[in-house]
Amino acid sequence: MELTAVRLPRWVLVLAAVGALFVVLPLVAMALRVDWPHFVPLVTSESARAALLLSLRTSLAATALCVVFGVPMALVLARTSFRGQRILRSLVLLPLVLPPVVGGIALLYTFGRRGLLGGTLETLGVDIAFSTTAVVLSQAFVALPFLVLSLEGALRTVGTRYEAVGATLGASRWTVLRRVTLPLVLPALVSGAVLSFARALGEFGATLTFAGSLEGTTRTLPLEIYLQRETDPDAAVALSLILVVVAILVVGAAHRVRPLGGPATARPPAPAVRRAAGAP
Amino acid sequence: MIRMRLLTRGRRLLLLPAAVLVVLGVSACGADGAPGDDATGDSDGGSITVFAAASLKEPFTALAEQFEDAHPGAEVTLNFAGSSDLATQLVEGAPADVFASADESTMESVRRAELLDGEPITFATNTLQLAVPPDNPAGIASLDDAARPGVKTVVCAVQVPCGAAAARVEEATDVELTPVSEESSVTDVLGKVSSGEADAGLVYVTDVRAAGEAVLGIALPEAADVVNSYPIAALTGSQESGAARDFVDFVVGDDGRAVLEAAGFGAP
Repeated sequence: MELTAVRLPRWVLVLAAVGALFVVLPLVAMALRVDWPHFVPLVTSESARAALLLSLRTSLAATALCVVFGVPMALVLARTSFRGQRILRSLVLLPLVLPPVVGGIALLYTFGRRGLLGGTLETLGVDIAFSTTAVVLSQAFVALPFLVLSLEGALRTVGTRYEAVGATLGASRWTVLRRVTLPLVLPALVSGAVLSFARALGEFGATLTFAGSLEGTTRTLPLEIYLQRETDPDAAVALSLILVVVAILVVGAAHRVRPLGGPATARPPAPAVRRAAGAP
Repeated sequence: MIRMRLLTRGRRLLLLPAAVLVVLGVSACGADGAPGDDATGDSDGGSITVFAAASLKEPFTALAEQFEDAHPGAEVTLNFAGSSDLATQLVEGAPADVFASADESTMESVRRAELLDGEPITFATNTLQLAVPPDNPAGIASLDDAARPGVKTVVCAVQVPCGAAAARVEEATDVELTPVSEESSVTDVLGKVSSGEADAGLVYVTDVRAAGEAVLGIALPEAADVVNSYPIAALTGSQESGAARDFVDFVVGDDGRAVLEAAGFGAP
């Protein structure tokens, strides 16, 4: 059955069009400024390649950190209840709304040489200042909420019914988690990880404040763009376009995995449950 | 019934942006209509916007106040940022009446866009110094110390004026620094030093002075010849060209000299 379109008041359409233009027009304006004849040399210069490579490496590492710590965080927030849980959730999501430079300052006072953990880390022989590790920490800090948020939402949506069935059929906690819960929310996990990756790729403020800027070590693509803009706006625009394209691909991928409002997360998990129950 | 109500609410919603536009338009007219835009001589009033290099923040804030006191009715709005940033904004059409840059090449890019009203005048100079954390953990006493392996030294990237100056210092002194970071602005270099992340940073003398007790300055006599010149000029787009030129004269004159000198800037 075809869904009949809901008729909206005309002013809604007008405002929506203005809003869409507001988002799209700057991107078009930027694309118009690209120096196409020199595009390839501009984006394949040594510094540009170093920045892109570093960005991809650090963003992947940050995404891995987000998955390792974000999945347990989402599980705890969605499947347990304890005093202060609401406050904890707000705090965890804070980097989402915090200006990145504030995040950078906070990280500096935590992991910096004179920070809260700086002395301990120094005794352990770990030197984070101006290292690629500092970049990864900055990116993970701002990207983690994306994963926790999308995964927690999915966990709440699928509910605990199938998990309860699995447990009644004798599956251990680990088996239920592995064979029922995680397969159920896998699409959300993937799209959350993709969004975290995108956020990490775009990280700028915290990296600039906390990690510094050195080619091949800490100067990621956004930092390279910021610097090139000073003397070579053409290079900055060309590199910006690369980031826009990557962002579009990433957001597109995230939406493919989990169509907005779609039932992808509510796939019947019956086989998983059956297998879980059959497992020793 | 419901339809009706939705419609009226819709109209009201549409009115809101319209009202905002009206208010903005009125206030803009107010600024334009301010009196005193005669081309020459001491103008009595006029609102001017001054785009100035970030390193000029303290002296220019003081100078703007003095200028307003000396010219009743005048109002100076200051916009501080990196010189290159400001130049880009000007070339892209940002409205301003005066531009004060931290180096000549940046001023040159604005001149090429034919935005200068008259020749730029050099009004101050600046030299580089090493900034170290107050307790100087790495025991830095010279540029050579900052180049020692294991010492975390931070400089500006060559793309910005302070980095270009740092490169000239290295060349003049034959010292090769291996910085752990090349920052986009002098503020970022200072931040890394004052937080103790870096052992040393190459910044302007005036930045060290403005930072107060947050950092310790190590003078570099060998870098004294590497001088950054600060040019200032009125802009052609100005609606208040009289007031704009008056402000330039004020900065270049004795009052300006005194304030700039107190902030650590050298004479042109």
